[in-house]
Amino acid sequence: MLKDITLGQYFPGNTVAHRLDPRTKILLVLFYIVALFCAQGVVTYTLLALCLAICVRISHVGIRQLVRGLKPVLFIMIFTGVLNLFFTPGGRNLVEWGVIRISEQGLHNAVFMVLRIMLLIMGTFLMTYTTSPISLTDGLERLLNWMKRFHVPVHELAMMMSIALRFIPTLIEETDKIMSAQKARGADFESGSLIQKAKALIPILVPLFISAFRRADELATAMECRCYHGGEGRTRLHVLRYEGRDITALCLGGAIMVGVIVMSRFGL
Amino acid sequence: MAEIIRTENLRYAYPVEEGETPVYALRGVDLGIARGSFVVVLGHNGSGKSTLAKMLNAVLVPTEGSVLVEGMDTADERLLLAIRQRVGMVFQNPDNQIVANVVEEDVAFAPENLGVPPEEIRRRVDEALKAVGMSEFTTHAPHLLSGGQKQRIAIAGVLAMEPECIVLDEATAMLDPVGRREVLATVHRLNREKGMTVVLITHHMNEAEEADRVVVMDDGAVVMDGSPKEVFTQVEPLRSLGLTVPDTVDLLDRLRHHGVEVPLDALRVEECADAIAAALQ
Repeated sequence: MLKDITLGQYFPGNTVAHRLDPRTKILLVLFYIVALFCAQGVVTYTLLALCLAICVRISHVGIRQLVRGLKPVLFIMIFTGVLNLFFTPGGRNLVEWGVIRISEQGLHNAVFMVLRIMLLIMGTFLMTYTTSPISLTDGLERLLNWMKRFHVPVHELAMMMSIALRFIPTLIEETDKIMSAQKARGADFESGSLIQKAKALIPILVPLFISAFRRADELATAMECRCYHGGEGRTRLHVLRYEGRDITALCLGGAIMVGVIVMSRFGL
Repeated sequence: MAEIIRTENLRYAYPVEEGETPVYALRGVDLGIARGSFVVVLGHNGSGKSTLAKMLNAVLVPTEGSVLVEGMDTADERLLLAIRQRVGMVFQNPDNQIVANVVEEDVAFAPENLGVPPEEIRRRVDEALKAVGMSEFTTHAPHLLSGGQKQRIAIAGVLAMEPECIVLDEATAMLDPVGRREVLATVHRLNREKGMTVVLITHHMNEAEEADRVVVMDDGAVVMDGSPKEVFTQVEPLRSLGLTVPDTVDLLDRLRHHGVEVPLDALRVEECADAIAAALQ
């Protein structure tokens, strides 16, 4: 169960997709999302799917890993699909059977909605698969640097995020340990109704929370001992620098986004 | 030898609720740590040794008395960073002091905080990892390393600040024997080769054998202070404090009780064996 967590999972590699500046990748994903939400018809969707396929190809990330990322949102996809399918009026009715009615517009919406979610998730997952969490938070911090002027604690948020990512494996290990300890004393996590299962989780969560707080306290002390005093005057080991390939990628991504927006104006 | 850390009549009480009488964890500690020395602080749980450690780099500030690090008072908040840069601290649980997902990023954390330029950070990180013998793990994920390796990374993280002194607050307590040996060998080498001042807080007697100086604490005060030989030959006083003596001394002490004429101060195993062999001839 605990092995399924793909959040922040990173497959190291040395392709162009891996070497791009994290800021570039975040911006590209942003472009991609905007383009996806503007896309209207078959042409634009095909174009965007093709772009994703090319990026996947470049990054050497397995299709299987990418598809596995869809599993947690499967329910949302089905839900959206079904909802759109049955409850969108408009156009000719394809099926009419009692209260169930599927319109042409409904079918169209359902297919494109599901496609949109799938592409959206796969696109963002491609970024997290090819970018280490540290450089991702680093990129985010640098991208949002201008918000510091409005007293947004950008550095603190980035630090919190990277620490949270750092502690995921530690806490998973700890959860496993606590579960084993509870099982050894006869706890049952597998059988029973949903409510019983949820209740069985309480004896895991309580010690986990207590230990997480203790860890946080110790980590804070250890960080202070290593002279941490916020983001002020801090330097970095790896300084982010835009390279030629970043500019190329950004231009290309921007052009595609603009292209998609223009094409969707014509309903393509 | 000049002193790097000096405590004067150091007293500390943990904060209590109003109306309760404060309990002093430290009651008048006067201690000078010589530059370049290897000092082991021993004591059982609740003896105040960990509290003492936390006072040495201003994690805790004295209730009464003072701590001076290279003449800087730890109670002065403006000197906080300068003090912490000079006195590095390694804690008990290696998992709870590693900040980053990559070994080199973690080692770089302290110099990044100090605003060191990137090229200089690179040099310090490589040097620190080399000093603890972890160069080949530069880009590994810390959570996949063993306890001893993690603790060495934590030591490297402190070394990257280029401190004058390292305080290890029971840094070996959670490790297996192999990990413990790794960490001890590392700090001994740093002490010998780089002249790093080391303060090792522990309750393992055997870790004190090769120290320059052993300080025994009980009930918030220093009760014994001297070379390992001076301290460990006082078998009865140590036992009355609830501390065991190293196995070698224990053996020699028993032999003496049975009328075998052996010296008590043969701390190392080889020395001890030689002493017994000599007595038997």
